[in-house]
Amino acid sequence: MSTETPVAPKTTNKIGLEKKDYAGGPSTLCTGCGHDSISAHIMNATFLNGTHPHDIAKMSGIGCSSKTPAYYISKSFGFNSMHGRMAPISTGAKVVNGQMKLIGMSGDGDTASIGLGGFAHLIRRNVEMCYLVANNGVYGLTKGQFSATADKGAKQKNGAYNPFDTIDICSLALDLGCTFVARSFSGDAKQLVPLLQAAMKHKGTAVIDIISPCITFNNHDGSTKSYTYVREHDISLQELGIIQPMDEIKVDYAEGERQAVQLPDGSTLTLKKLAKQELDITDRYAAMRLLNESKKTNDILTGLFYIDSKSESLNDTLNMVDGSLAFLNEKELRPTKAQWNEILSDFV
Amino acid sequence: MNINNFVISVATVNGSGSQSANNILLKSLFRMGIPVGGKNVFPSNIAGLPTWFWIRADEKGFVARREHADIFVAMNPTTLKEDLKTVKNGGYFIYNSDLGIKPELTPELQEVQLIPISFKPLVDKSTDSIKIKKLVINMVYVGVIAKLLGIDVPTLNETIADQFDGKESVIEVNRKASEIGFAYAQENIKIPFLFKAEKSDRNKNKIMMDGNAAGALGWLFGGCTFTAWYPITPSSSIVENYIKFANKYRKDENGKNKFAVVQAEDELSAMCMVIGAGWSGARSITATSGPGLSLMAESAGFSYFTEIPTVIWNVQRMGPSTGMPTRTAQGDLLSSVFLSHGDTKHPCLIPGTIKECFEFGQTAFDVAERLQQLVIVLSDLDLGMNLWMEEKWDYPEKPYHRGKILSTADLEKVTQFERYADVDGDGIAYRTLPGTKSDKAAYFTRGSGHNRRAAYTEKSDEYLYIIDRLAKKWQTAKAYVPAPVFCDSINLKSEELPAGKSVKALYKNKYGILAYGSSDMSVKEAMYLFNKQNLDFDYCRVRAVPFNDSVLEFIKSHERVFVVDQNRDGQMFELLKMEMPDTTPHLSSVKHYDGTPITADTIVKNIKSIIGDAV
Repeated sequence: MSTETPVAPKTTNKIGLEKKDYAGGPSTLCTGCGHDSISAHIMNATFLNGTHPHDIAKMSGIGCSSKTPAYYISKSFGFNSMHGRMAPISTGAKVVNGQMKLIGMSGDGDTASIGLGGFAHLIRRNVEMCYLVANNGVYGLTKGQFSATADKGAKQKNGAYNPFDTIDICSLALDLGCTFVARSFSGDAKQLVPLLQAAMKHKGTAVIDIISPCITFNNHDGSTKSYTYVREHDISLQELGIIQPMDEIKVDYAEGERQAVQLPDGSTLTLKKLAKQELDITDRYAAMRLLNESKKTNDILTGLFYIDSKSESLNDTLNMVDGSLAFLNEKELRPTKAQWNEILSDFV
Repeated sequence: MNINNFVISVATVNGSGSQSANNILLKSLFRMGIPVGGKNVFPSNIAGLPTWFWIRADEKGFVARREHADIFVAMNPTTLKEDLKTVKNGGYFIYNSDLGIKPELTPELQEVQLIPISFKPLVDKSTDSIKIKKLVINMVYVGVIAKLLGIDVPTLNETIADQFDGKESVIEVNRKASEIGFAYAQENIKIPFLFKAEKSDRNKNKIMMDGNAAGALGWLFGGCTFTAWYPITPSSSIVENYIKFANKYRKDENGKNKFAVVQAEDELSAMCMVIGAGWSGARSITATSGPGLSLMAESAGFSYFTEIPTVIWNVQRMGPSTGMPTRTAQGDLLSSVFLSHGDTKHPCLIPGTIKECFEFGQTAFDVAERLQQLVIVLSDLDLGMNLWMEEKWDYPEKPYHRGKILSTADLEKVTQFERYADVDGDGIAYRTLPGTKSDKAAYFTRGSGHNRRAAYTEKSDEYLYIIDRLAKKWQTAKAYVPAPVFCDSINLKSEELPAGKSVKALYKNKYGILAYGSSDMSVKEAMYLFNKQNLDFDYCRVRAVPFNDSVLEFIKSHERVFVVDQNRDGQMFELLKMEMPDTTPHLSSVKHYDGTPITADTIVKNIKSIIGDAV
């Protein structure tokens, strides 16, 4: 019999906040909506990362997905923007204040249709933000029309079949040079939470395509985004783990069994191979090949596909001063009188 | 003899390098102390289409557009015959006789002097390089005009040196070409030339600039820190100027940038980026023109409803649609004020001079941040891309107006922060910036229905609280935006109404003119012309929407007010009636909308047609 008193599980994170400090308002989405699970995973991941809510900005576009920022981390600023406009809004917000951690929640219509241009250029500029797509293949708020991520041949609730090829967000992101590309399933906390943690630490655009079934309009037989279909076709590539800098010494893992990636804040992302598929997550072209092959077999590959852990974000490219541009004053912004005279001398 | 009073027009093919030659000509006159203005009438094309450069010299300082040229230089075969028609009787038509087109004088133009010049041998004498020949031909005509007008040669040579920025070999070949043109004119053109340029002291302490450069300087001094844009004529050069200035004057001691410029993928994104930046607390701005403005409509409404400060600098061009991208208009007034769906309206600032481009380039940020609103600045192609001269401006010393922003310390003093509550009764709520270290700071920004606490709502009373408060802001804005300026025919110097004075007491003529933007100089010239016919006017130049109360007073205290618009539908005329319905019986509309800048003659003719010749 042990004489040690059981250690209560730690209820505060490294900055001394409790889980409830990451809570949001009540959800108004349909009961059973995949998006609510994502909200829970976001609260968990930010808590585990120990990011202060004051340093987080929750961004979104328009759609069911984009309503969710109201349901997590109420102590953080939220920005529910316009349909398809999360990417450029975030670009402006982030460039001005590089210290904010941006968590963007978009949907498949928001990202792959109306906001496709902005999405592509966000990636091209490598704006530092965690860009989540709650992907259910349909427009929920307008009652179930197909989106551009619906699979060809998928059946709509009203019986119609989708005649068009799908836009695969991960393939597209890889092709555009995205520096962090992953796919997950809203129901897979074990995989999604560490992915979110890693994405929030990434210095660049981190895209996670999260398949998140629509319980009301796209959960029927013939749908390729239903809970049943996704569970049957999901092939999880890796078991993922995050080792925070201060945890390092306590963790023990066998060499070779896991791949380890150093993240910019000094923590480590560990990956243990689960599926038969081989993937080097630092090889963009390998990831593109693997995703293309999976389309032939209708497998839904999930996990981390690619990471460039040393990428340069837009704020680096723009050579910005540290700190927010918001607080620069007249003295810091106005040229001097001597410079004024120099400027005007070019116009006489 | 006409001394310092003439119009020169040069017709060339675009892409032929005439721009620097024309600038040299203009600047030489400017540096001789002669009031001048320069207008580049250019095609929406890279190379091969007709282009004209107009220079107007006027000792009285009226350098807006005039319809006919006194001295024409015709270097473009495709327009040569038409060009002749734009010369004033008594003028001179210099043309390149190598082009093989012989201009013929019509019965109405018998007094135009034709001056054929074979440029080829003159160019051959200037340089052996075939590549350079194409360019220096322009300097040959500069030399010819320099001789005919009597332009001061040392001033001309100094201007050439400045234009080519110390590049000795380029300076040398251009000087040589102008000397050859000069010598040719001296030996061969013997007819009396009735226009002369004489040194004057009118330009002491003056600068010459285009409105886009002046605006960009305004942004620099006004504390602009974030710019997103999508290139579009005629607004591109304001951002390009700003980038040039900021790269030179906005680095910290480690070479890091105290500004950011992002070239966006389209205007949808450019506008969204500046909104995101405004939300983060930066002084943010985008520049655009017609089609770009249309694309910004949705997000303009978003910024209105979410109360995020930002600025659009709209350099207007001719619409509708793609329209004529290189021609000027004031056709975006209504679409700017009401940009977006629903009950949306934005304060608009309307500069009429390059000085105001500079000033409003700063003021726009103050107004946007004080009102927490999108502010649209309405410049136009004529003001933005053409060259205007003006008294040097003073170094700006005024502190920035950052508006109502609550810091962490401020939040400690309040029990609750409500983002959209009208605490002060002026319609303007307090805001916090992302990153503020307080649990009270965060709020949820949304374009959907929201209440005073920024929470989602579909309740009528909560919606009304917000939308009526926004209407109250419109009233508050009247005192925050630049006030109108006034003058009369005797003293053509426009000024704001002195404190405590009424419009009625100072401006007692029967008729008034109300105009805005780049029409200013032509209006004043029209008043000068009317004055010579013993008809005087009072003039109110509106510099912003919403209208200051003195605009209403001005209109109501005059029997008739002529509203000058450079658009087809009389947009200012309509807006005045809409905002102030009881002004309707006082107003008449004067319109000009063919893509050219309005002239004094057009204004005189239009007003006369309304009031008749009897007066």
